[in-house]
Amino acid sequence: MIFLYSFIFCGLVCLIGQIILDNTTFTPGHVTGLFVVIGAFLDSFGLYDKFIKWFGAGACVPITSFGHSLIHGALKAAEDKGLLGLLGGMFSLTSVGIVAAIVFGFILTMIFKARD
Amino acid sequence: MNKERYKEITDRIVPKEDKLKNGITAFIIGGLIGLIGEIIVFVLEKEFNVPNKDATSIMIVILIFIASVCTALGFFDNLVSKAKAGLIVPITGFAHAMTSSMIDYKKEGLITGIGANAFKLTGSVILYGVVSAYIFGTIRYLFFGG
Repeated sequence: MIFLYSFIFCGLVCLIGQIILDNTTFTPGHVTGLFVVIGAFLDSFGLYDKFIKWFGAGACVPITSFGHSLIHGALKAAEDKGLLGLLGGMFSLTSVGIVAAIVFGFILTMIFKARD
Repeated sequence: MNKERYKEITDRIVPKEDKLKNGITAFIIGGLIGLIGEIIVFVLEKEFNVPNKDATSIMIVILIFIASVCTALGFFDNLVSKAKAGLIVPITGFAHAMTSSMIDYKKEGLITGIGANAFKLTGSVILYGVVSAYIFGTIRYLFFGG
């Protein structure tokens, strides 16, 4: 059943993104930036944690989970180290995605050429 | 008269239908990516006994790797123009933006090309994500006790 929930949640997030793209002058960059901020906002009430519990990977795949991971890591570190932890723990959960994107992107850029 | 009326009706209907089609495509493609992610997590947990947190991270790495390879091979742009937000909103869009901005500026050199432009598209995601997370985190920490 969690497969269906994943499908529906991830699909709905993408649908909202598509509706914003179609009906406003926003570019994909605006939409992804907006979604990250929304994700961080939702997690400041602990709401996004519940989404992940209910929808599994469906809530981890959209870019909103990037904002969620940023604030989640920061708050976790803040429990131990206070305000310094907010700065230090910010990337503790997201670094997997960012580093993977940078490293794979760079290696593949070295191998392949621009098409055109 | 009849023709004009017909045109009026189609003008009113066609763009709407297009938006509907875009929405449905984005919903299905985006949903499929979520489903693939969930299947990867499920397989990793059941077959390889990976803990849930690690399985999610591995799933994200796999999706980023697939998206980066597709971008480097050059057919991800076509997929995005068809699936639209269905591929932009998931983490695949992040990997695509990163790899494509690096590849596009490769001919300008390692530093002024790749180095300077790597975060051209993803920079906004990281910048606004970090700033908003810091502000919301500070509010939560100071006023609601972490």
